[in-house]
Amino acid sequence: MQENTSGTEGRITFTLAGALAGARRCVPIAISGCGIGLVFGTLAGQTGLGTAEAALMSALVFSGAAQFVVLGLWAAPLPVATIVLATLVVGLRHLLMGAALGPVFSKLPRLKAYGSVFFMADENWALTMGEFAKGRRDAAFLVGGGLLMFLAWTGSTFAGGALGGVVEDPSRWGLDFAFTAVFLALIMGMWKGRSNILPWTVAAAVAVAAHHWLPGQWYILLGGLAGSFAGVVRRGH
Amino acid sequence: MAIDPGTLLTIVLMALATYATRAGGLWLASRFDLSERAGAWLDQIPGAILVSLVAPAILMGGPVEVLAALAVVIVSLRTGSLPAAMVTGVGTVLALRALETNLL
Repeated sequence: MQENTSGTEGRITFTLAGALAGARRCVPIAISGCGIGLVFGTLAGQTGLGTAEAALMSALVFSGAAQFVVLGLWAAPLPVATIVLATLVVGLRHLLMGAALGPVFSKLPRLKAYGSVFFMADENWALTMGEFAKGRRDAAFLVGGGLLMFLAWTGSTFAGGALGGVVEDPSRWGLDFAFTAVFLALIMGMWKGRSNILPWTVAAAVAVAAHHWLPGQWYILLGGLAGSFAGVVRRGH
Repeated sequence: MAIDPGTLLTIVLMALATYATRAGGLWLASRFDLSERAGAWLDQIPGAILVSLVAPAILMGGPVEVLAALAVVIVSLRTGSLPAAMVTGVGTVLALRALETNLL
């Protein structure tokens, strides 16, 4: 990795200030996350998961996408293998996201690096990549945002289960669009010029096609792979 | 507040599966000396993933989602603020959906 060290401008740090900055940027995301957590807690209760069980799932799995998918599979007797396989498939996009963290996080002590990735969700990961792109390399930024989202997600799951039936349909509150809006704003911040047009068009086209023809969450992984490869191929010319 | 053993086992296995995907990408990336080309590929991932996350929701949603997305793009280009973009998106979607239900 020695050749790479010189290529990474700026020192890589892991500070409390970085964690606090990450948490601050994640406040609006954590608030809408609470809305989604209430929905999850409510639906989990209707599926037969107890409030404590649903909250435990949110704390240990910490993945809204995977948790909503397995709710659809939850039945007695529990199809354990199907549920775990579905969780794995939904999580595959994390492989790409974790790899993108690699150049910075592989320089941290192992415990910090592998402890941090537990808290890697789509939103705080995207914010962290935005920070790195600006040359700010405090890796704790990911953990700060992730911890806040973790507390919001687990707490609101518990509240949703305990209160029951507060929010059942996220689209009634426009919550389904909250994350789309956040991701769109982050995309605007990542625009570097015309070189983005081809990879992003490919990503969008593949994602839409995969969303249409394939079940579940494959569209995120496939769109991400196709778009990123298109970007490299283009660079090669 | 009891936790069923079978449920607990399932949740723990789900947790292991998810963590494996979170740690796996980092592990792979730090395992090999990355060539310049691989580094260039990693640089392309965030934008491609984010576009893939939003494209189906917007393009397959309908006029409400497309208009709300346009509003978000304009506001985030003008202000650069994440909360403003989120409030704009949610507000526009809510307003347009209300309008749609009342007109139909």
